[in-house]
Amino acid sequence: MPSKKDTVHFAGKTNLDTSDESRSELLRQLVAHLRENRTQLRQEWARRITEAKLLTAMSQDEIFAEATTIYDNYVDALQSGTFEALQTYARDLSERIIPRGVETHEVIGIVLLLRDVLARSLFAKYQHDFALLNRILDAYEPAANRIANTVAVSFVQERERTIRQQQEAIRELSTPVLQVRDRLLILPIIGVIDPQRARQLTEQLLRGIRTNRAKLVVIDITGVAAMDSNVANHLVQTVEASRLLGASVIVTGLSPEIAQTLVTIGVDLSKMNTVGDLQGGIEQAERLLGYKVVPVGESAIEEQRR
Amino acid sequence: MEVPILKQGDYLIATIQAALTDADLLKLHYALVEQVGKHRSKGVIIDVTALDVLDSFATRTLRSLAHMVRLRGADTVICGIQPEVAFTMVQLGLTLEGISTALDLEEGLALLIQSKRRVG
Amino acid sequence: MENETFVTITSVSDIITAREHGRNIGKSLGFSSTDLTIIATIISEVARNILLYAKQGEMILGAVKHGNRQGIVIIAKDRGPGIPDINLAMHDGYSTGKGLGLGLPGVRRLTDEFEIISEVGKGTIVTMRKWVMQND
Repeated sequence: MPSKKDTVHFAGKTNLDTSDESRSELLRQLVAHLRENRTQLRQEWARRITEAKLLTAMSQDEIFAEATTIYDNYVDALQSGTFEALQTYARDLSERIIPRGVETHEVIGIVLLLRDVLARSLFAKYQHDFALLNRILDAYEPAANRIANTVAVSFVQERERTIRQQQEAIRELSTPVLQVRDRLLILPIIGVIDPQRARQLTEQLLRGIRTNRAKLVVIDITGVAAMDSNVANHLVQTVEASRLLGASVIVTGLSPEIAQTLVTIGVDLSKMNTVGDLQGGIEQAERLLGYKVVPVGESAIEEQRR
Repeated sequence: MEVPILKQGDYLIATIQAALTDADLLKLHYALVEQVGKHRSKGVIIDVTALDVLDSFATRTLRSLAHMVRLRGADTVICGIQPEVAFTMVQLGLTLEGISTALDLEEGLALLIQSKRRVG
Repeated sequence: MENETFVTITSVSDIITAREHGRNIGKSLGFSSTDLTIIATIISEVARNILLYAKQGEMILGAVKHGNRQGIVIIAKDRGPGIPDINLAMHDGYSTGKGLGLGLPGVRRLTDEFEIISEVGKGTIVTMRKWVMQND
């Protein structure tokens, strides 16, 4: 089997053959080049990503790790000419980075940067043979564009899917206020809380307090997507309004980070009764209501004694 | 319109029937303070279930009422604030800080009895 | 403006009248019960300011349309002393609960549009609009 080098020289010297066969030869050579220079090309790419201030939601290590996988997938797609694997990877990647707040322009940006980095390395390698460079680019560009397109579209589709899911979840929670015990209500707040939704939740809770004659409410914010001053204010207002209806509120799911955010915003946490997790909150609520939580075994023993 | 004040043991209950004029509210204010002194009541419950609006004036009046009643050694509980009213109050920044609140008369009484027991 | 209603404010019972009109207009526009309470409370607040500071004035209530939105407009007018420092009055430090000030920051928070024109010695006009919330 002729060495790759021979093949190239052969193609370069004889003609401007753009047949499929020679094209696939070129691609093979291209792929080999990309694999050989994997390390420095990845690094170059990661450097340019940081330089362009993209993926700021991720750390350097994370960027490099993802860059590696994208690179390898990229080269595989170039080699195989098939894009299913790439699509799957792109969707999977999107699922991971969307909650981190990575946006569409960033994803398109990094893919285009990779295309540039690889193209430039091709310029560098084939600068002495303009004709060959052209043919390599002819082979490279359509594939590279297809890849950029695939990744970007996958990301956008994933993003839209996530948004639809969140909206559905929010709508499905038509009765988010749960009565767990007599006089105890639980309000789990999940997802994105816009002002309209926040108001809806507060109104529903207050009506629920009245209907169920609740004395205690556990508001769980573990699932809140983002805690900012608006959401925090809504929370404080909900606690105050509940009090006016004679109900005490326990806020659960407050991570140390969120607690810090609230304090920074100016919320007086000493006025709020907070417990780490939902289970703990429910237990405290039951204690406050005077319920004794007795394990099944114990009460059976008590019955025997009688 | 005169607000009727009922005596239930150690406690006085005032149920506000409808939107009160300022004058009525002030009359209630004085009447309650007077009655607390007369009967040495331990607590006062004001039922605002029928009020569809609690504005800044009403809030201020209730607060000063609770203050005066406390000076005579009695607690005040406001009960029956409607969900919409509570929501609006909180949005307007009106607080009943320092005054106990309860869902209804039953809860209000229980609250008064409970707090007096604790104080002993 | 449709359903234009004028209420002269000279006594506390006028405040209650204005509130009722506001509620009725609001109900005909399809406001939620919470919004109706908000509307009545806002009217109560600004009408009370009229009584306290200007001794008398007038409220104009009506329905308005903007594109495909409907809403209520509430105007409070008086020829009272006017507000010397509007910025100060609109500052959150002057909260209603403390008994000082006009409670305007709170009222503004509850409205979609809020305009105040005031001149010392001439009077004050507060114009507010609240739109019916659209459902998804």
